[in-house]
Amino acid sequence: MNLLGWLQLILFLGVLFLITKPLGIHLYKVLTPGEKPFLGAVFGPIERLFYRLLGIEAKSEQGWLAYTGSMLVFSLVTCLFTYAVLRLQYYLPLNPQKFAGLAPHLAFNTAMSFTTNTNWQSYAGESTCSYFSQMVGLASHNFWSAAVGIAMAAALVRGIARATSKTLGNFWVDLTRVTLYVLLPICVVYALFLVFQGIPQNFQGYTAVTGPDGFAQTIAQGPIASQIAIKMLGTNGGGFLNANAAHPFENPTPLANFIQMISIFSIGSALTYYLGKMVKNQKHGWSVWSAMVILFVAGALVCWWAESHPSHLFGEMGIRAADGNMEGKEVRFGVFNSALFATITTDASCGAVNSMHDSFTPLGGLVPLFNIELGEMIFGGVGAGLYAILIFVVISVFIAGLMVGRTPEYLGKKIEAYDVKMAVLYTLVGAFTILGFTAWGAVSQTAQAGLNNGGPHGLTEILYAFSSGTGNNGSAFAGLTANAPWWDVALGIAMFLGRFWMIIPMMALAGNLVGKKIAPTSVGSFPVSGATFTLLLVGTIVIVGGLTFLPALALGPIVEHFIMTGSAKLY
Amino acid sequence: MKRKENSIFDGKILLPALWDAVKKLNPKHLVRNPVIFVTEVGALLTTLQIFRHHVAGESAGYVIQISLWLWGTVIFANFAEAVAEGRGKAQAKTLRNARTKTNATRLDRNGIPTTVSAEELKKGDVVLVTANEVIPADGEIVEGAATVNESAITGESAPVIREAGGDRSAVTGGTTVLSDWLKVRVTAGAGESFLDRMISLVEGAQRRKTPNEIALSILLSGMTLIFMAVILSLRPLGLYGGLFFSITVLVSLCVCLIPTTIGGLLSAIGIAGMDRMLQKNVLAMSGRAIEAAGDVDVLLLDKTGTITLGNRQATEFLPAPGVTPLELADAAQLASLADETPEGRSIVVLAKEFGIRAREIHELPNAKFVPFTAQTRVSGVDWDGRSIRKGASDSIIKFSKGNCPPEVLADVERISRAGGTPLLVADEIRVLGTIQLKDIVKGGLPDRFKRFRAMGIRTIMITGDNPLTAAAIAKEAGVDGFLAQASPEDKLALIRKEQAAGHLVAMTGDGTNDAPALAQADVGVAMNTGTQAAKEAGNLVDLDSNPTKLIEIVEIGKQLLMTRGVLTTFSIANDVSKYFAIIPALLLGAYPEIAPLNIMHLGSPQSAILSAVIFNAIIIVLLIPLALRGVQFRPLGAGAILRRNLLIYGLGGVVSPFVGIKLIDVTIRFLGWA
Repeated sequence: MNLLGWLQLILFLGVLFLITKPLGIHLYKVLTPGEKPFLGAVFGPIERLFYRLLGIEAKSEQGWLAYTGSMLVFSLVTCLFTYAVLRLQYYLPLNPQKFAGLAPHLAFNTAMSFTTNTNWQSYAGESTCSYFSQMVGLASHNFWSAAVGIAMAAALVRGIARATSKTLGNFWVDLTRVTLYVLLPICVVYALFLVFQGIPQNFQGYTAVTGPDGFAQTIAQGPIASQIAIKMLGTNGGGFLNANAAHPFENPTPLANFIQMISIFSIGSALTYYLGKMVKNQKHGWSVWSAMVILFVAGALVCWWAESHPSHLFGEMGIRAADGNMEGKEVRFGVFNSALFATITTDASCGAVNSMHDSFTPLGGLVPLFNIELGEMIFGGVGAGLYAILIFVVISVFIAGLMVGRTPEYLGKKIEAYDVKMAVLYTLVGAFTILGFTAWGAVSQTAQAGLNNGGPHGLTEILYAFSSGTGNNGSAFAGLTANAPWWDVALGIAMFLGRFWMIIPMMALAGNLVGKKIAPTSVGSFPVSGATFTLLLVGTIVIVGGLTFLPALALGPIVEHFIMTGSAKLY
Repeated sequence: MKRKENSIFDGKILLPALWDAVKKLNPKHLVRNPVIFVTEVGALLTTLQIFRHHVAGESAGYVIQISLWLWGTVIFANFAEAVAEGRGKAQAKTLRNARTKTNATRLDRNGIPTTVSAEELKKGDVVLVTANEVIPADGEIVEGAATVNESAITGESAPVIREAGGDRSAVTGGTTVLSDWLKVRVTAGAGESFLDRMISLVEGAQRRKTPNEIALSILLSGMTLIFMAVILSLRPLGLYGGLFFSITVLVSLCVCLIPTTIGGLLSAIGIAGMDRMLQKNVLAMSGRAIEAAGDVDVLLLDKTGTITLGNRQATEFLPAPGVTPLELADAAQLASLADETPEGRSIVVLAKEFGIRAREIHELPNAKFVPFTAQTRVSGVDWDGRSIRKGASDSIIKFSKGNCPPEVLADVERISRAGGTPLLVADEIRVLGTIQLKDIVKGGLPDRFKRFRAMGIRTIMITGDNPLTAAAIAKEAGVDGFLAQASPEDKLALIRKEQAAGHLVAMTGDGTNDAPALAQADVGVAMNTGTQAAKEAGNLVDLDSNPTKLIEIVEIGKQLLMTRGVLTTFSIANDVSKYFAIIPALLLGAYPEIAPLNIMHLGSPQSAILSAVIFNAIIIVLLIPLALRGVQFRPLGAGAILRRNLLIYGLGGVVSPFVGIKLIDVTIRFLGWA
């Protein structure tokens, strides 16, 4: 842990803080009917033309059922579309390497993965997918699934902010406007910046060269920059290349690395400002933001510390350990930027990696895993992070709200049995899916055929895979050969449950909240800003959300850590 | 007389409660409480393990201990509920004694009496009740007036007057007529009377879960389900690493993690809330009403009787120029001697402060008292050649033939503007001065209203006075607003307006014309002296008929919700330390390297698990007094209360089990249990 690391951490937090408000205001204008967002003059006509072509009644709003139903139909159709593209890619254009179609289980896993904003990759991009599949089949989902997440979060926030109403907005309008005014313009500029940093953007076939050391190499390339921009901004994380952000063509420079990390958090952070603006309580927005920062910094410091202090066994095995654990890390990023990236990518449900989490020390690897299991609400997936933390706000307010001697109230809305039921259902789905599949994987011979490590480390690999799938993160602990029918299908189902079966109770909650009246605030109202609230929220997330997984973590990374320190044994 | 407060440690309640706690082990009863039901299933599973060990010829001592403590956990939770119910049952028994079998004298349409049993009475029957008879049923007096002893219901032994017509015409079955007679029209048949309802309410027979209790139960059930998933998945996860977790260990961990503390105390808290209301002599028609009382943020308070003492009182004599205060006081007293109104008596009392001894009417044999009439609108006395009168300023000025010094007129003007009532005193045509009559605000109220403001509750005074007077009194009492010249319709409209703005409103009322407002208010407290209609409309009945009690009702409601909140927080916070006790114990056998995680340095895996289970069981017993008494109530803002309770019960909930489990571990190792 060195000064340079501390300075970068402070710089990162500073930049994140600075972009939160302007981007938050932009999101507010995009997501609020009647507001004119930046670039409205340019995209307005396109937006209206689009509505006319698709027959969307932009002015009419939907209740929670219609809103959720539209989203489900949209997701189903686009998922089937991608499945078809992946299966048929051999017959489709832009396939200079002449890749065959994907096997059914892999195509299912990949289509589900991109539809749910997970971007778990059981395939290796450069050796499996054509440019057409990457750009049309996969990158399109990077935009759509991100826009869907933001739309869902906006619907929940409207449910909280509107008094005695029935509607939560229009899904098709939100989807269109977010894509048109937020994701596309930023990505155009962002992709150009990445090209400037050295990322390729072309349609050429792979280049065969003989390197200076005499080995023949195939250099993969293609329309990479355009894909990386949305992969980070939309917290998708699916790399064009198998090595993801560790590959120099995806993440060439420290500056590109820094901007990529910022872009992962940017929309999640701005959405807290949007929340504050919508509920007319900016302090509440910043309190939620602060809770996220506290959890983020805590995770980053633990991970950084663990990676800076590897076991002496590394040195004894001839691995240079003076700078920390460099196994599986890129020299151009070093320990700090690898640990920070790993924390960020799992706080958010991004899943891009610039180092191999599997090679982290047990405690260093525990941090990304724990982050995912907390529910990825530390800025989180675009939109998904906000609605996840708001579910925990509802739970915190309910438990602690009673303590002030009133029926629990969140921003003037009473939290009653139905709301609690939906919030609890949301957390149940997550916990059941992760623990259920992991338990199955732990005793299934078929599942264990894919493991590359034994002992507690192998268990961590299974737990990580299902946490990542259910949490729609998509990063892999690696060490797992996941492209096998059992893994493809099991993870595909986990991703499906973790996305849609959590969205449904969340939207039901939004639909119930929107109909409630708002009680005026007084000194007797539950305070939803300030240090007490922030710490309460952090405590609830850790105790109610995180501790659920402590027994499982104890059998994986925790026991591995003590075996390493106590018995000098590595897995 | 206050209802006797039952001590929590009353043997008469504790012993039957212990037996009830065993009877409540019936799964049919427990299934209503999912957390404790899961605990019981766990206890059953471990008990079955004892037999398995026995058959296998292994020592089952440890499993026996664990299962005993698990059954103990269930019994302790049942015991908490039984104690809370026991207190209500004791009260119900007293009430039931009042419902002795009586005969009634029923009058038919022609007034011919027949003697029937009280149980045969139907709604609409008319009965005659004479002195020393028990009123056979709830009813409305149609004829007569009598003194009635209502101590059976209110615990208050002083008799009250009940008469036909007006707001004091309701009588309650089970009360006794002391003198005179009443003709009563029965309003509730046998089994539906107020007394019957009261008995079933305090016994908890009609207790339904309140909305907030339901919401909390859902959260607790959800957490129980999550922890069950954790425990169920632990077995396969262990098998992966070659670890075999026994059912005893898994059940122990499960019971420790699920929120048994709050799950076990939840219904006791609710019952105790109703009981605390009853200690204050307030009868809650449902648990929901008590909860709503905690949510109230607007209080509508009637001026008369609640904010001010019943009547206006003389507070000052303001003599006219050239008149001594003594002279005015003397004349004022003479003029008021025959005035039996409270205002008149207060003038006599005030005059005494000037050293004038109280004169009795018979001391003035030749005096001719002039009573107040609507025509003259003055009263007074003709005595000793003097003709002394007192009355409203315009009437006295007329009496004194327009002869009134400007200084006196100025006094009159000033008193009126300050919300008081000026009375002038004149001797023939000589105006002697002014008596100031004022509403007396009850002591301590402004302070109390200030405390309410700190909690975010607004107080609004309701009065029939004109706006000027109302404003002056409102200012003196320190209420946040007032409704002057209020009609029942205005009151109803005000409640609707506040509710539309998202507020929850509480009010008290006794008259029939209060009934619509009582029904509309979120919390309506009806006075027991009030009419049947008012009592039907309210959701709380104050047996003492003390309107100020609304304030205490709100405090009890808040206390109930707070108690639930702090125990939930405490229960959940406890899990942190239990993980630290049990997880090392789970793994120590297979991975001795995990020893440093045993930060409490518990003796052995067995003693660690047993200690956690024991702590989990006895914490329920230790918290029963808190559950029944409720957390201490402080009139602070929500932020301050939250910080305080989070520190005590949140942080305390994280830390205290570390200490508790360690102590138990040391003890059981000392005793050689594990």
